[in-house]
Order: sequence, then structure tokens, then C-alpha cells
Amino acid sequence: MKPSRRDFLKIAGMSTLSLVVPTIISPAWAKEKLTIPGGEPLTAKRWGMAIDASKCPAGCVDCITACHGAHNVPDFGNPKDEVKWIWQEKFAAAFPNESHPYLQESRKQLRLPVLCNQCANPPCVRVCPTKSTFQRQDGIVMMDYHRCIGCRLCMAACPYGARSMNYRDPQPFIRKINPDFPTRTKGVVEKCNFCEERLAIGLKPACVAACKKKALVFGDMENPRSEIRLLIENRFNLRRRASLGTQPQIYYIV
Amino acid sequence: MKLSNGIKIIAGIVIFVILITFLFWYGKGKTFLQPALSLDTPAIAQLKEIRCVEDTAFMRANHMKLLVTWREGVVREGNRLYTARDGRVFDASLSTTCLKCHSNKQQFCDRCHNYVGAKPNCFSCHIIPAEVRK
Repeated sequence: MKPSRRDFLKIAGMSTLSLVVPTIISPAWAKEKLTIPGGEPLTAKRWGMAIDASKCPAGCVDCITACHGAHNVPDFGNPKDEVKWIWQEKFAAAFPNESHPYLQESRKQLRLPVLCNQCANPPCVRVCPTKSTFQRQDGIVMMDYHRCIGCRLCMAACPYGARSMNYRDPQPFIRKINPDFPTRTKGVVEKCNFCEERLAIGLKPACVAACKKKALVFGDMENPRSEIRLLIENRFNLRRRASLGTQPQIYYIV
Repeated sequence: MKLSNGIKIIAGIVIFVILITFLFWYGKGKTFLQPALSLDTPAIAQLKEIRCVEDTAFMRANHMKLLVTWREGVVREGNRLYTARDGRVFDASLSTTCLKCHSNKQQFCDRCHNYVGAKPNCFSCHIIPAEVRK
């Protein structure tokens, strides 16, 4: 049967609609399909994280416990030697330029989870004399502990204090050693690695997985339909000391 | 020709020659016991064919180079899988792949390393599984 002119127009119209409609209503199902334990590695053009600290219940340290447990972070029990991958800061300490005496009281009391900002323009990478700290294709600023000589130039370069030195052998100070991740040794600097070892087996970072309130959102900054991009575009957010030009990739929703 | 201080000079030369050749004659004829490496672990006993990642001769000579290649590949390039020459694929990991079979570190790794005086610092960070450490 030969289609009439009217049928032809109907078919053409339906085909056009079927192409256009998904792009219009896509954000509804655009949420990334992530996390298959032990499954395919998670990949991105640039990993980033959004933090909504107003969702953090008072006194909750789930993300810190999960991260430090997973990565064998030692506790020397001494603030001078403290090793930290993720920790808490008051708003005034995390955002010195944005704080003033007349801030909302609730904001003053806020305890923000802070970690390595995984800068797109990382000063620590630039100063490292052994290329122990390097930037991966997906934006993760990572350390090769094998090459670290403990010179601590990166600690001086990092404007966020996100790097810690092991002044002593950390192994005796680790509460419970996780056999799936190496420890560090004396004379080595360490920092958050955005859980690259978990991404490789299809898991989201330990802090994100541990957060019951979904205050931490992790995803691909370069994917315009990722959960994190939709969140960043809809909610006002700050980055820590962005004026320094480090292009931090941790976005704080305020 | 007359050497002044001839005796001293000749004695000195003789002592020098003895010392310099020390490594070549000392221990000649003695038998040194090579360390006996134990392959007696449950994981190896279950293998159908006893074969390490690569063949034994290659592993004996080049295991350290293989481990460095794994290390650079995993940390720098994110390649966590290693394809052996015979096509089998391994997780490029010292703590899991190597020590899973060689769970008798003291009778395998340490014996040879102690014998040749090699002190690899892998295990100052990489965790020896509890069942290996004992």
C-alpha cells in the first residue's frame, strides 16, 4: 500500500517528536547510573564533588570515619602530627573571604566537611620535584607514594592544608588496618585520592557512600546531565579560595 | 738491578694481589646451600598446573622488574589488569595476586631475599595479609 501524503506527514512528525522529546524531559532520568560493586570502573572527564553541609547532622563524622578506615589513615593523637584526608572546619575557616561578624548564627556554627579540592590547576603538582604528585586524565590529583621523598613542598604549596606528613611510621597508629589498601611509611606525605581505588571497581568514594543524608554528591563535572551538574546549576555554591586560581573541584552549596 | 726496600715492595704486591683476588678464590670448592623455597601453600596445591604469572625462569630473574611495571601501570596509568604471555589475566597487585599463592612469605620471599641480602621495602607499606603474617 502506498502511504498517502497525510500518513507520510504523520510518520515524519512522530519521528521528529521521538527525537526531540527525550532531550527536553531528560533530566528526570539523567541521574548517572553508578555503583555496581566489583563491576565496571567508573570513568569521567573530570570528577568533582558537591557538598551541602546544611544537611550534615550535628556531630556526625560518618564520612571521616569511613574514609580514614578505608585508607588506613593513622591517628597519632597529636594535632601537630595529625594526618587527615577529610576533616571538618568552621565556615569562617573554610571560607575566610566570605565570612564576617554578622553572618547568620546557623552558618557560623556550621561544620563543613573539607578535603583535597582536586584542583584543576593544582599548585602541589607544579611544585613536586619528583612528580610524585600528578594529575590524572580524569582530573584526580593523585600521589605516587613510591616516589615521594618527603620534601613537603606540596604541603607548603597547598592553600587548603589538605596534605599531611608522616613524621613517624604510621602503621602502629592505625586502629584497624584495611588489608585492601596499603599504608604509608615514615617520611611520606599523603592526601585524599578521591577514592580512585574504589572508582576502579565501580564504587563511589567512601565518604559519599557513607553519608546517610546525601550531603555529598559525586560525579562528572563535564557531563551536563550528571546529578552533580544539575545540582550545581540549580543551587548557589562556593568554592574554597577560588580567587587563588587553583580551580578547586569541590563545590559547597550554601 | 737492585731494589731498595725490595722485600717490603714485593710483600706489599703479594698482599695486594691476595686481597684483590679474594672474591675469586674464597669459598672455592665449598658448597653453599641455596635457600630452599617452599611452594607448599594451600593455594598452590589447588593449582592444576604449577605456573606463576610468567614461567619460573622469567619470574626468578625478573620478578622485581615485573612488579615495578605493575606498580607504574596501576598508579600512573590506572591499568589494573596484567595479561601474561600465555593470555591469562591477573590483577596487578602484590598484596592480593602474589601473596594469595605465596602465602608463606617467610619461606618463599624472605628466604631468598635474606640469602642475597636484598632488602625490598615493599612491605613497609603494602600490607601482609594476617594469615601470611601469623
